[in-house]
Amino acid sequence: MAMTPPSERIWWRQPIARIELIWIIIAFTWGLIMFFMMIYWHGAGAQNLSNEAYQIKPQVFAKHAQDMIDEYQVREESGFPVVHPPPGSDVYLIARLWQWWPILEFEKDQSYRLHLSSMDWQHGFSLQPVNINVQVHPGYDMVVTVKPDRAGEFGVVCNEFCGIGHHMMVGKIYVVE
Amino acid sequence: MSSLIDYRTCPTTGLKVDRAAEKLIKANAVAAIVFLAIGGLFGLLVALTRWPAVHFLPADMFYLALTAHGLDVLLVWIIFFEMALLYFASAILLNSRLAGPKWAWTGFGLMLVGALITNVAVLQGKSSVMFTSYVPMMAEPPFYVGIILFAVGALIGCCVFFGTLVLAKREKTYEGSIPLVTFGALTAAIIAVFTLASGAIILIPTLLWSLGLVSHIDPLVYKTIWWAMGHSSQQINVSAHVAVWYAIAAMVFGAKPLSEKISRMAFLMYILFLQLASAHHLLVEPGMSSEWKIFNTSYAMYLAVLGSMIHGMSVPGAIEVAQRSRGLTKGMFEWLRKAPWGNPAFAGMFMSLVFFGFLGGISGVVMGTEQINLIMHNTLYVPGHFHATVVAGTTLAFMAITYILVPLIFRRELMMKKLAMWQPYVFGIGVAGISVFMMGAGTLGVSRRHWDMTFADAILPFDYPSAAFLMMGLNGIFAVMAAVGGLMYVVIVVGSVFFGKKLTDDEKPSYPEVPPESAAVSHYGSSESLKIPGTAFLVGIFFTAFVLYYFVNWKYLSEIWPLS
Repeated sequence: MAMTPPSERIWWRQPIARIELIWIIIAFTWGLIMFFMMIYWHGAGAQNLSNEAYQIKPQVFAKHAQDMIDEYQVREESGFPVVHPPPGSDVYLIARLWQWWPILEFEKDQSYRLHLSSMDWQHGFSLQPVNINVQVHPGYDMVVTVKPDRAGEFGVVCNEFCGIGHHMMVGKIYVVE
Repeated sequence: MSSLIDYRTCPTTGLKVDRAAEKLIKANAVAAIVFLAIGGLFGLLVALTRWPAVHFLPADMFYLALTAHGLDVLLVWIIFFEMALLYFASAILLNSRLAGPKWAWTGFGLMLVGALITNVAVLQGKSSVMFTSYVPMMAEPPFYVGIILFAVGALIGCCVFFGTLVLAKREKTYEGSIPLVTFGALTAAIIAVFTLASGAIILIPTLLWSLGLVSHIDPLVYKTIWWAMGHSSQQINVSAHVAVWYAIAAMVFGAKPLSEKISRMAFLMYILFLQLASAHHLLVEPGMSSEWKIFNTSYAMYLAVLGSMIHGMSVPGAIEVAQRSRGLTKGMFEWLRKAPWGNPAFAGMFMSLVFFGFLGGISGVVMGTEQINLIMHNTLYVPGHFHATVVAGTTLAFMAITYILVPLIFRRELMMKKLAMWQPYVFGIGVAGISVFMMGAGTLGVSRRHWDMTFADAILPFDYPSAAFLMMGLNGIFAVMAAVGGLMYVVIVVGSVFFGKKLTDDEKPSYPEVPPESAAVSHYGSSESLKIPGTAFLVGIFFTAFVLYYFVNWKYLSEIWPLS
């Protein structure tokens, strides 16, 4: 029994049943397939994170964002500036208690270098209903190149617990034709 | 020395039982169940709040309850029960005395005091930082002090376990190698040392930071090391509950592993590779390279997953062989159809095996794929996954073995046997429902750790799809079912322990019946002719589901915005 010492003292010399060996080979091969699938997707897939990140002071990040807002603001909505930056540019989204600042407006099928950073605690960038989820840290500037492929209005939910106002932290991204 | 030890002989198994070890097993098991009851109640409150139609608690109480729920069940219940299992798998199974019972009591005391301190800190309301306590969100100092004391206590318990193995070897209380169940427990204890050390490395500086003595803790460094405790400690649970599966298969069927060598190698893979799991929580963070993420998240090419897949065949296979040797050979599944489904130990164990594999295992690998994590990170998919592994897997397995331990260790007849018969089904199906519907809601994007999915107080509105609300309603219903199952467990066990019919030292309990270790059961020499068609078929279904679900999620991923 499994609760008593093995009945054959030299148990490591016992042969392995064929069926178990076959399963081990299948399972091991499947593991290799899953492993190489991740590497394959870096070449063939369109959804990968860039690994581009920098350490940054919150106030420096906030200044970049403010400069962008000053230059490209197109209108205001519920007290939030709406910014329409040119395609291909660096775009800054501030996460702070309890806002995503500002509202961004992208053009469909254009790329943007989206910078994410927090001013205070950790936050979670959760773009809905697309369902893209990226962690946002204070002190780190993460750069994600996004290329929205459909027009519409998208919500940015915070999905990292950030205190009592967590459920109020919703931002917005517009994608226009 | 050993002549001073107070032993009794177990009338059911014939094992020599050190009464000091027995007392420690009882104390740890009772503490575990008390915290399971408390933590389970908090869990019910959380689920009722996330049920949109009920929305039970206000926001501050919700986050408090969620913090307490995570701590009390994921940490306190499971580790206390694991201490009981470690003492059982060492002193009792090896026929030995326990090394340093005084140390074991010290460890127990530290764990208890630590758990109480942290609970009080959380209940005071200023430490609702979640189980993970990510910096720079700060809890009150006692929050960290309690966890550190608890971890030190558990570490002492592991040392007592190692000491007992050495003693038993030296005093030659057993012949040959340690039993497979003890080997599994040893795996758990070795991983525990790694995780508890990681916890100390990060929580001690965090405590100093909370006291104002350290100015800054980097959030990324914190997360990397914290999860070396947080995720790797889940592998303690995996090792422990796999050991419990083998133990129950042995006690109910007299089953032997198909191959000692393979099963032990599979446990060894846990030790070698599971520490890499910290990466599962860092797949969408800044600052880590893709190379690092891919190697670590896959446990070095899925070698630890391979370990679990091996156990997934070895455990039911062992049962099938044992059943067939008793003449249940008709067709593919007579052995399974005629298994003792009314025996809560078996029913709980088998459901734990199925749910852990199908729900917890597959979802874990899929979610832990570097790119697929983008569509799941921090959504309800995450708690959906780990409720399948830790609750439907570990907790259900621990509940199952309790039904065997109450008569054998507490020396009481099990009460309310009818209720006990139903308990694993009510709890198991409830938890499976929780897992499935949380994963469903997560696939639809719903955030975890979130008080209000309607965003009623937000300045900018956003609505989740209505299907997500349906999922959360169903989650609430199944959570109530699981809570009823949990309550049944607590009532049966506490009732039996305090009011069950007392058994004298040489009286055999009516349950469990320990099967005679039939000589016919899977002799290793017969491995060439080993026939487990039923198990092979079940494993085939599992594998097909795994492959399909894996690629379906790549398809989901390919439909989101292009990112680079």
